[in-house]
Amino acid sequence: MLEVKDLQVFYGVIQAIKNISFKVNEGEIIALIGANGAGKTTILQTISGLITPKQGEILYNGTDLKKIPAYKIVAMGVAHVPEGRRVFSQLTVYENLLMGAYTRNDKKDIEETLRQVYKRFPRLEERKNQMAGTLSGGEQQMLAMGRALMSKPKIILMDEPSMGLSPILVEEVFDIIQSINKSGTTVLLVEQNAKKALSIAHRAYVIETGKIVLEGDAKELMNNESVKKAYLGE
Amino acid sequence: MRFLSYLIEGIRLGSVYSIIALGYTMVYGIAKMLNFAHGDVIMVGGFVVFTVMSIWGQSPILAVIAAVIVCTLLGVTIERIAYRPLRKATSLAVLITAIGVSYLLQNLALLIFGANIKSFTSVFNLEPIRLAEGEISISGETVVTIIACIVIMIGLTTFIKRSKTGRAMIAVSEDKDAAVLMGVNVNKTIATTFAIGSALAAVASVLQFSSIPSISATSGAMPGIKAFIAAVFGGIGSIPGAMIGGILLGVIEILGRRYISMELSDAIVFLILILVLLVKPTGILGKKYHEKV
Repeated sequence: MLEVKDLQVFYGVIQAIKNISFKVNEGEIIALIGANGAGKTTILQTISGLITPKQGEILYNGTDLKKIPAYKIVAMGVAHVPEGRRVFSQLTVYENLLMGAYTRNDKKDIEETLRQVYKRFPRLEERKNQMAGTLSGGEQQMLAMGRALMSKPKIILMDEPSMGLSPILVEEVFDIIQSINKSGTTVLLVEQNAKKALSIAHRAYVIETGKIVLEGDAKELMNNESVKKAYLGE
Repeated sequence: MRFLSYLIEGIRLGSVYSIIALGYTMVYGIAKMLNFAHGDVIMVGGFVVFTVMSIWGQSPILAVIAAVIVCTLLGVTIERIAYRPLRKATSLAVLITAIGVSYLLQNLALLIFGANIKSFTSVFNLEPIRLAEGEISISGETVVTIIACIVIMIGLTTFIKRSKTGRAMIAVSEDKDAAVLMGVNVNKTIATTFAIGSALAAVASVLQFSSIPSISATSGAMPGIKAFIAAVFGGIGSIPGAMIGGILLGVIEILGRRYISMELSDAIVFLILILVLLVKPTGILGKKYHEKV
């Protein structure tokens, strides 16, 4: 479904991504794990077109996303839940969700998706008329995920969904990611919480300073000695 | 009684400032830039009305429509040619470009219409309203201006709060990248903002020049700068702030002119800007922006 080939990204003269290649198949949860500054966020931002790569291809069902303006990518079925949630604080919860459906035009269809999102996140329906800036961190994360679902994505890119959340909420967020995946959406997950990420992912890639150093089945990686040492704190 | 008629005069002038300030504040909110050529768009609007009515002898309605169309196109063109290539440039480069566009428009007007001040025929043909046995007289221009200001305020607020484009504007002003991730075309949204601001400038030009009633190549500069002060006064980026700032500024200017000194009224206005910036840098309704890392 999504294939990244020989990706190279520079910030000025500094190379953030050095020849990264990976693949996401339909229906999978793929985790990119690695320390702070490894380049995980950069990869997701390059896929959504916020950053232009110097080299490489990002093939999404055969189309090179690199050649498509960033604002057109979401309509192709690629939604991005950015790091730090980035909800629109001056809009209400409901208006934020409508922004998620910005590229869709069928009103009835949007209402139906809205119902599904409210069903998945009852808290959002309770707070629909509240300004998004007044929500708690956990609620904002739910809103960011709900907003992404409003575009009816085929694949969701999730950037550090557990960041800054309490352990109970982290648990909840990962359950939600798993259930989103079970209902047919492919997930590309970027996480520092390697343990949780590996526990729900099918496959994973370990990234260190802009390079993939390990890849494979998530369960196997969980038992890999060097992964255990570096990322699982065992 | 006299105070009351000064107050009404101030509200009229303030309404014009408010409508111009909306253009400054919306563009600042969304593109984070100060469009110093905005005042000169008003001047262009005035000359369009002057040309259509006084030179070509057409009806006032046609003149107003022409002004709105020309100003809207001009605003969008300025954004496309002068500002969009600088989207990633430093704010100083954008500011200097805006000043350049301002002088360009003024000198083009000088070239076409000459340096003489032209007398401007009011587009309104209304009887003044007399109150308190003729002691207070409110001109038709004043009534129309105040009504136009209220209608624009309500219309614009509704548009921004209720329409899809309006929500996209709020989203872009808050977080451009997140807006892009929703599928918002940021360039198109900024162009729409310039179009709305410039159309409002055309309306302001009709109202202002009908009241004065004269026009020259630099006639837009002063109301432009004062409207900018109004926008800062009210809190730049805030739409109700532009309205409040505009009205207050108009009232202060007229009261200063009538009670303190005709010559010093502009100085008083600028003094107020300095005081506001010292006491509350974000303006009356200004939001505090903190950069997120």
